[in-house]
Amino acid sequence: MSEKSSLITELEALQQQAEQELAGLTSESDLQNWRTQFLGRSAMVMQIFRRLPEAPQEERPGIGQFANQVKSALEEKLAEKMDAVKASALQENLSGESLDVTLPGRSPSRGRLHIQTKVTREVCHIFAEMGFQVFQSPEVESDDYNFELLNIPAHHPARDMWDTFFTTEENVVLRTHTSPGQIRSMRAFHPDPIRVVLPGMCYRYEQTDANHEIQFNQLELLVVGKDITFAHLKGTLEEFAKRMFGRDVRTRFRPSYFPFTEPSAEMDVECFVCGGKGCPACGSKGWLEICGCGLTHPVVLKNGGYDPDVYTGFAAGLGIERISMLRYRIDDIRNFWRNDVRFLEQF
Amino acid sequence: MELVLSWLKEYVDVDLPLPELAHRLTMLGLEVEDVHVIGKPLPTGENKGFTFHGLEWDKDHFVVAQVDEVMPHPNADRLVLCRLIDGQGEHTVLTGAPNLQEYKGKGPLDKPIKVAYAKEGSRLYDGHKPGFELTTLKRATIRGVESTSMICSEKELGISEDHEGVMILDDDAPTGVPLVDYLGDAVFSISIPANMVRCSSMIGLAREVAAYLDQPLRMPDLTLPKGEGKANDAVKIEIRNPELNPRFVAGLIRNVEARPSPYMVQLRLKLSGMRPINSVVDATNYVMLEAGQPLHAFDYDVLVKRADGKTPTIITRTAEQGEILTTLDGVEHKLEDYTVLVADTAGSLSIGGIMGGEESEIRPNTTNILLEGASWNFINLRKSLKYLRINSEAGYRLSRGVHPTLAEIGVRLCLRRMLEWSGGQLAEGLVDNYPLHYEDPTVAITTADIKRLIGIDLTAEEIAGLLRRLMFVCEVKGDTVTATAPAHRMDIGTGVNGRADLAEEVARLYGYERIPSVRLDSELPPLRSNPKEERNQLFQDTLVSMGLQEVISYRFTNPDQENRIYPPESKPQGVAYVELQNPIAVDRNVLRRSLLASVLDNLERNARQRERLALFEIGPVFLPVKDQLLPDEPMRVAIAMCGLRYPSAWDRKDKGTFDFFDLKGVVESLLKALHVTDIQFEADSNPSFHPGKCAVLRVNGEKIGWLGELHPQVTANYDFGDHTRVQAADLDMDKLFSLSPKYFETNPITAFPPVIEDLAMIAPESISSAEIVRVIRATGGFLLKQVELFDIFRGEQIGAGNKSLAYRLTYQAPNRTLNDKEVGKQRDRIIAALEKELDVKVRKAE
Repeated sequence: MSEKSSLITELEALQQQAEQELAGLTSESDLQNWRTQFLGRSAMVMQIFRRLPEAPQEERPGIGQFANQVKSALEEKLAEKMDAVKASALQENLSGESLDVTLPGRSPSRGRLHIQTKVTREVCHIFAEMGFQVFQSPEVESDDYNFELLNIPAHHPARDMWDTFFTTEENVVLRTHTSPGQIRSMRAFHPDPIRVVLPGMCYRYEQTDANHEIQFNQLELLVVGKDITFAHLKGTLEEFAKRMFGRDVRTRFRPSYFPFTEPSAEMDVECFVCGGKGCPACGSKGWLEICGCGLTHPVVLKNGGYDPDVYTGFAAGLGIERISMLRYRIDDIRNFWRNDVRFLEQF
Repeated sequence: MELVLSWLKEYVDVDLPLPELAHRLTMLGLEVEDVHVIGKPLPTGENKGFTFHGLEWDKDHFVVAQVDEVMPHPNADRLVLCRLIDGQGEHTVLTGAPNLQEYKGKGPLDKPIKVAYAKEGSRLYDGHKPGFELTTLKRATIRGVESTSMICSEKELGISEDHEGVMILDDDAPTGVPLVDYLGDAVFSISIPANMVRCSSMIGLAREVAAYLDQPLRMPDLTLPKGEGKANDAVKIEIRNPELNPRFVAGLIRNVEARPSPYMVQLRLKLSGMRPINSVVDATNYVMLEAGQPLHAFDYDVLVKRADGKTPTIITRTAEQGEILTTLDGVEHKLEDYTVLVADTAGSLSIGGIMGGEESEIRPNTTNILLEGASWNFINLRKSLKYLRINSEAGYRLSRGVHPTLAEIGVRLCLRRMLEWSGGQLAEGLVDNYPLHYEDPTVAITTADIKRLIGIDLTAEEIAGLLRRLMFVCEVKGDTVTATAPAHRMDIGTGVNGRADLAEEVARLYGYERIPSVRLDSELPPLRSNPKEERNQLFQDTLVSMGLQEVISYRFTNPDQENRIYPPESKPQGVAYVELQNPIAVDRNVLRRSLLASVLDNLERNARQRERLALFEIGPVFLPVKDQLLPDEPMRVAIAMCGLRYPSAWDRKDKGTFDFFDLKGVVESLLKALHVTDIQFEADSNPSFHPGKCAVLRVNGEKIGWLGELHPQVTANYDFGDHTRVQAADLDMDKLFSLSPKYFETNPITAFPPVIEDLAMIAPESISSAEIVRVIRATGGFLLKQVELFDIFRGEQIGAGNKSLAYRLTYQAPNRTLNDKEVGKQRDRIIAALEKELDVKVRKAE
């Protein structure tokens, strides 16, 4: 009996010792050692199994069962302990990796379109949704296309409306507007109906200052068809203003004069900076002059190859830089082509 | 053009609030730029977006007064004391006005002097301070005399900048009446469109206002009193070229006396921006502002003298080429043969419609005056104006077209004004030579035309009604209105142009704001793609996605500026530019030929701002072509990069700077985006680039452009700050795009694993990587998918003049897993080919 009880007692003592030691361990490697010591092939618990023959036959099952209970109890404790140790090790690791999240990020090298490319695309996009296609024409133009064919004969007082750069080649000028594209597109597409936008760089001979540039982007519209009226001109431009400047923006049309349109008009948009109350952006007028427009003059239609008794059309011209200046409160038009990165990178 | 409201009201009844009138004028096409309010209260509340400025004269403080006596100041020579009656009582008022000095000590005046009088407590402008500064009139003692009120100058009342003396009003000014009731006014600054020069007069503006308000227009009296002696006997008129001078009207007035004009006349001239001179000259200017007809006064006695005492003959003719005339401003003009002169038998007198000559100009003592009102061909006149570089009010109007009818109206009005203001006697009748009658056009327009153009339904009667308000003579028959233009406008055409003109007038009077807004509802035109625009966007977007900043430069430059892209010795000579006749500045006298130069200019401008710059531009260059009117405008793309390869960060150790291969990588990626495949980079020389770091790019064998590191001598032409090495490329965008396929095929994603092998070899420096890759690809067969250089090594172990190159080869089959045997066979073939075709030694795998 003493032999039997001695194995059990040994087991009990062993379990107690193992649990005590386990409690004090904190690292994974200590736990591994502990496992080898108490549960490994040559560990103490296993030795008890090997010593079973020492016990009387009838007691062996009881002892074996008890030894198994001890073994699994210890394994369970180990697993628990292992989880706890791993969790605390991870915790310790993570806290060691803490960053100062307020340090600046590393900038990727971001490229940008020039702001005027962006705004031109935006305007073209709005008109594209209304069925307008882009048409381009040369920047250096003949006097014919820039003036004569647009109903601006030589020495006509209307010529005073454009300060022109002349080249040393006779009758060759830097286009003062994209309007030559009206004739060029009509001649290219005749006799189809036309709905085009004509964007591009234009030139005016004038002293530069915060509001005047010798080179600027213009964008014109041209519509030609058999049933185009002044009402369509108003409808199209009002829709553009709403998309460009906001659904609620108010517009007004007032008579104006351009040799290549008749009736001619100026479209004003209610100042979106001050909401029409008057501010420096609109010269305290409450209105912004956005675009000159009108029905295509019969002479221009004829020069484009369209019979003015059958076809009508309308045209409108916008200054792209002006739109950007108003929208982004840019106070000097000369910023655009100076290309100072401190300016360009703000967009 | 300045619209003086009180003046306008002589011809039409207007009783609108100022903002409303400004709004209506603007909506008629007569854009009001600002409004100078004189004496009256500034509008409060809704200003309809117009700016009003001016000084209000409150009725209690500012009145018309009369000075009955001017007395010396006891202690000051320059000051006088005025005995003044303001309608309520008598006051002694102190003033230093020089224009009252002459009345000093003359005792009580026979005729009181009417003045503008401000009482104590008035708010007015300080006449002695520059600009317009408000002050309050306070009791003060000046040299021992107490002063509480004052007699005002125009400046003090905010009328003009004039502070030379006090205002001396006309004799009929009513003493005691609030000043604002007598002089209160508003001046509208109006910008007149080029086709509305008929409105650059008070009557012209009144006509538009009358039409808009549907009010009658009151024309001034044009009748002339009976004269003495016939004008016809006093001067003959001969017109040599009626095309250029369709009408010449002359009147004669004798024994005039030039004196100061009535104050109201002077004031109106000043408010219109003209300087009063004397009653004779003022009459011509006044009538030009009133009716729109420029007039010219000749000294009749000079004409008679030049005709040796006989009846002078006025001859209008074109100048002899090089003929010389000195105008009344003392400038000697050499004339072109198209300029029309007013001359007599002795020679030229004036430049017709532009400026008078010195000899026959009227002087203060001139008594007999021949008055000219003529009409001129406006195109020819504008040509002369431009050539002579003369700007004048007369030239402004006549170069835009003044109707011949106005010549007579102007002369009649002016003769009446001269008689009234300067005295004298008229000669009977006018001398009127009108050889080329202006035919006022008649245009037929239908209700369908208005519908077709404007998009509104109007009856023929409604159309005629609108046009009649504008003084068209209209006849209605069914749906057709036949309208004849009134005899004061020259902007109405005939036929289809005339219909457009009438449609505009109908729309204008109907009101643009009443025309409905309709979306385009017709069938869309045939859709055409715009490959050029799509290409621009593809290039821009691809370069931006690689971190480059787009710039857009001035197209203006000059050859020296542009030639900085070449070393001093290699500047090209005799290159043709698109050159400007009238450059804005000497350094902007041509259009660019090089886009690279544009981008480098921008790089230079920003070099000191950034430690890293990567810029690109796409755009045209301008190349003159012999025997071709317009230059070619090919599109190019230029790239310039310098400084740090990666944006710096607080912990980034790599401070490497952009080199050739960064630039080449950008170009390669761009080519990849274009899906071009047959690409060659070859070492090449180009004066702009470092001789050992420059490649020419060929696609499908065609030269596209160069890329490389700028030649140090080129870099030295610029100020790139600390950046010593600049990588740059200049490529032909048109050609590149034309070589890129419109469609391309994608490769299937295969599920079978690739076999990857490294191949290292030792090669002499003379063999380029491109040659090796070419041989590998040529022998690798279709299973070889990719060849990638991953290492270059130079060192003693492999011998001087040699390099070791290591490539990673990727083999893959679309339908099965490759085995070593298959790959080995390919490898052996590649090695054999390399060693046979090139002088390389492949290192055997360990």
